[in-house]
Amino acid sequence: MEKNKYKHLVEKHTPKENSIYNGLVAFTIGGLMGVLGQFLLELYSYLLHIPTSEASSYMIITLIFIGCLLTCFGFFDKWVHFAKAGLIVPITGFAHSMMSAALEYRKEGMITGIGANMLKLSGSVIIFGIVSAYLFGLIRLVLMGG
Amino acid sequence: MTFKYKNVYINETGTVVGPLEKKGPLNHYFDKSHDEFYLGTKTWEQAETKLIEDAVDITLSKLGKNRFDMDLFVSGDLLNQIVASNYAASTLNIPYLGIYNACATSVEGLIIASNMIEAGQVKHCLCAASSHNNAAEKQFRYPVEYGGPKPKTTTFTTTGAAVAYLTYNKKGIKIESATIGKVIDMGIKDAYQMGAVMAPAAADTIFRHLQDTKREPDYYDLIVTGDLGSVGKEILVDYMYTEYGIELNHYDDTAAMIFDLNCESVYSGGSGPACAPLVTYGYLFHQMHKKKLKRILLVATGALMSTTMVNQKLSIPAIAHAISLEVVE
Repeated sequence: MEKNKYKHLVEKHTPKENSIYNGLVAFTIGGLMGVLGQFLLELYSYLLHIPTSEASSYMIITLIFIGCLLTCFGFFDKWVHFAKAGLIVPITGFAHSMMSAALEYRKEGMITGIGANMLKLSGSVIIFGIVSAYLFGLIRLVLMGG
Repeated sequence: MTFKYKNVYINETGTVVGPLEKKGPLNHYFDKSHDEFYLGTKTWEQAETKLIEDAVDITLSKLGKNRFDMDLFVSGDLLNQIVASNYAASTLNIPYLGIYNACATSVEGLIIASNMIEAGQVKHCLCAASSHNNAAEKQFRYPVEYGGPKPKTTTFTTTGAAVAYLTYNKKGIKIESATIGKVIDMGIKDAYQMGAVMAPAAADTIFRHLQDTKREPDYYDLIVTGDLGSVGKEILVDYMYTEYGIELNHYDDTAAMIFDLNCESVYSGGSGPACAPLVTYGYLFHQMHKKKLKRILLVATGALMSTTMVNQKLSIPAIAHAISLEVVE
């Protein structure tokens, strides 16, 4: 059988992913994460009498802490399994990816295990985050003068 | 390439499984099951070694023999450098052949051992195959605690080890013939579509086996592949008919048998070198001893996948070996 013909045969039997349902779940959970973030932002700003720009750092740290803690307790992966991009895209997903890799490799030593593997998943996010920030900064500098 | 054997028998087997298999429909056919993934060891890789050692111990104690009676230990698994088997072999202290054919490892081992027993080179041989879900996920996919979403076609690596004791003594299950598979690559690049990767290899081996032995598929009470999964199973039946005009009436797949497929976390079924032999030695041999099945053709299928080559955008080659098993009257 030709490879192309086989590809069609495979497609015929491949179950369809329910992207509308998955999208709706991710949208809702992701949105709720946004609401939680905003709530924390307002709360810190109100309680500590600081401007929201400063409170946003506290909010991010809190969410990262909660994400890491839940990963360590072993049930964040089950939530990710359900919520998909709704929990992976927000900052909690970033923390979760680092923490899960650290947990996985902790038996292989501090340097050869945790140090070398902690950024296994999130390393690309950091690299391309920096590269795109640099590029957009450059575009802004050229077009808008800084 | 098909061999026929006159004097090779599986006298005894030993099966050990992990927590999810324990919850599955075939639990009471396994010799031992565990509730957690570490088995009292520090890491998943060491736990996989423990699975093999346990399965060997169980087989030997059922036989009333000890390891010094064994001439050869043939074993393989999924981990890099087949470490689980290597470390088990280092404690067993039996002459050892380490083998790798991904999920086709079990039957590869049976074929090697059968040929050596038939030739009179060895008399008592243990063949093992193992896999560990978490150790495999760590090596091939994402960290276990990450729980990244996967498509429905994904298979779930079985945690367990299965051991068969092969000898010339006429008892138990007869190994009647075997067909060595060719590596087939149909251009599938998706590591979450292993059933589609392996189905053409299984089809090719089944076709050549039937041709070499001049048999019809109905000669066997059951043709069983391991482990294409529920999606791969449908692909194989369709492909077999379209390509060779062969209808598989008495056919099943071990991946679709070992777990409860309604459980969402196992996707389209089991996988890993342990899946096919666990279902065969545990459940199918039980059916054979009860005379519900007399002749089966076990086709173990392996996706020869490497994350390096997948990242290099190459497609995944696959292999399938077949072995014909008959109950001794």
